Amino acid sequence: MSAYARRAWIVLWKDLLTERRSKDSLNALLFFSLLLLFLFEFALGPDRERIRAALPGLFWLGFILAGLLGLGRTFVVERENDCWEGLRLTPGDKSAVYLGKLAGNLVLMAAVEVVLLALSSLLYDVPVFAVAGPLAVALALGTLGVAAVGTLFGALTAQVRAREVLFPVLLLPAIVPLLLAAVSLTRAALAGEPLREAGAWLELLAAADVVYVVVGLLTFEFILDA
Amino acid sequence: MISARLLRRSFGRACVLEDVSLEVGAGSCLALLGPNGAGKTTLLRILATLLRPSSGQLTVAGVDALREPALARVAIGVVAHGSYLYEELSALENLRFWTVMHGGDASPARLRAALVQVELDGSASERVRTFSAGMKRRLALARVVLGSARVLLLDEPFTGLDQQGRKWLNDFLIAFKAGGGAVVVATHSFATGLDAADRLAILAGGRIAVDRPCANLSWEEIRRLYASLTDGDGSLA
Repeated sequence: MSAYARRAWIVLWKDLLTERRSKDSLNALLFFSLLLLFLFEFALGPDRERIRAALPGLFWLGFILAGLLGLGRTFVVERENDCWEGLRLTPGDKSAVYLGKLAGNLVLMAAVEVVLLALSSLLYDVPVFAVAGPLAVALALGTLGVAAVGTLFGALTAQVRAREVLFPVLLLPAIVPLLLAAVSLTRAALAGEPLREAGAWLELLAAADVVYVVVGLLTFEFILDA
Repeated sequence: MISARLLRRSFGRACVLEDVSLEVGAGSCLALLGPNGAGKTTLLRILATLLRPSSGQLTVAGVDALREPALARVAIGVVAHGSYLYEELSALENLRFWTVMHGGDASPARLRAALVQVELDGSASERVRTFSAGMKRRLALARVVLGSARVLLLDEPFTGLDQQGRKWLNDFLIAFKAGGGAVVVATHSFATGLDAADRLAILAGGRIAVDRPCANLSWEEIRRLYASLTDGDGSLA
């Protein structure tokens, strides 16, 4: 394994271990997601068709709101004991830290998504497992884009006093194109349509993912050193 | 090892460091004394490449640290106010993380040997959040020991250490020097930190007011110099 890959891996290992022990984000994310599901059920009533029609939007609303809670905290742990400064002093390409943090956020968001989908399947009688393949593609591409931007803005706002206010203000406008594409793809996947029928959205989402990840990798060192 | 020339640093209109020059050679230790707010931490942060000076020149381990900070950082070890330790990880896990981040060999045997060196081998698997300030300080030093640092920058390293810990740290610094390393210890109290020092510099009002070999100074002279430059006797610090 290259030194770069080892550094990215150790950041992922450290973040997941810290999260497993502190459960700072995961507990809040899961509880919040469950609450959202029950609220949707309560607000939309027993009409299953209505719920299914609204489900792609509801899913992503849940993922984004849960993401706001989790992604904003990504770099908070680095502020403790000035670990951020320690990361600045490490040699080598700092984008490995970004990559490790991004991978950690992806794991957390994926865990929340799996729980939300499983519960939706039970509560709303949605056949998510029958469309698991296309749905996984839609969710994976959407989650990658959201996590890429969220990780970058999490780093950007970590040292700012008004972090809780600034983070969503920066994040939400940046992910609008991503969300439109992700919701469209998720709708197509849940309806059992082939994803290629929503080809333009698929291309937009894939292109946005590439752009956001590349921007994150290229700019992270400057943000860390700022 | 460290060569700083006419370092100046301003924050807005406030000039915190003014034309500070110092040399620290291989196998030597400089004790940087000064009251709170004298600019010691700012100077150490500049030497560590964590802060850019407004003007001046800085060479660390033969590298122009202002032009190539990333290269200079390979030779620099820092123990600052913050311990750079993750509270939810154990001592061993923290060492593993930082050793890999610095591109070093993170084999368990090597990490355990570093913990033995700082006398924390008995707490290897305990989470850092259960550690005392002194234990965190030792673990921070173990982190530095495992790196490839040839230049050690310590900011108030004796804070939180008991008498035994202070003696241990002094012995550690003497051994580090003997291995050819260069050390800068910043402290606001001259009651500690001078045992390993070869030279003493007193920072007052953002300037190096005194820079002398320790061998030529008695405790009483140091105390008098410090008091005359800082309006304090230092023993209270």
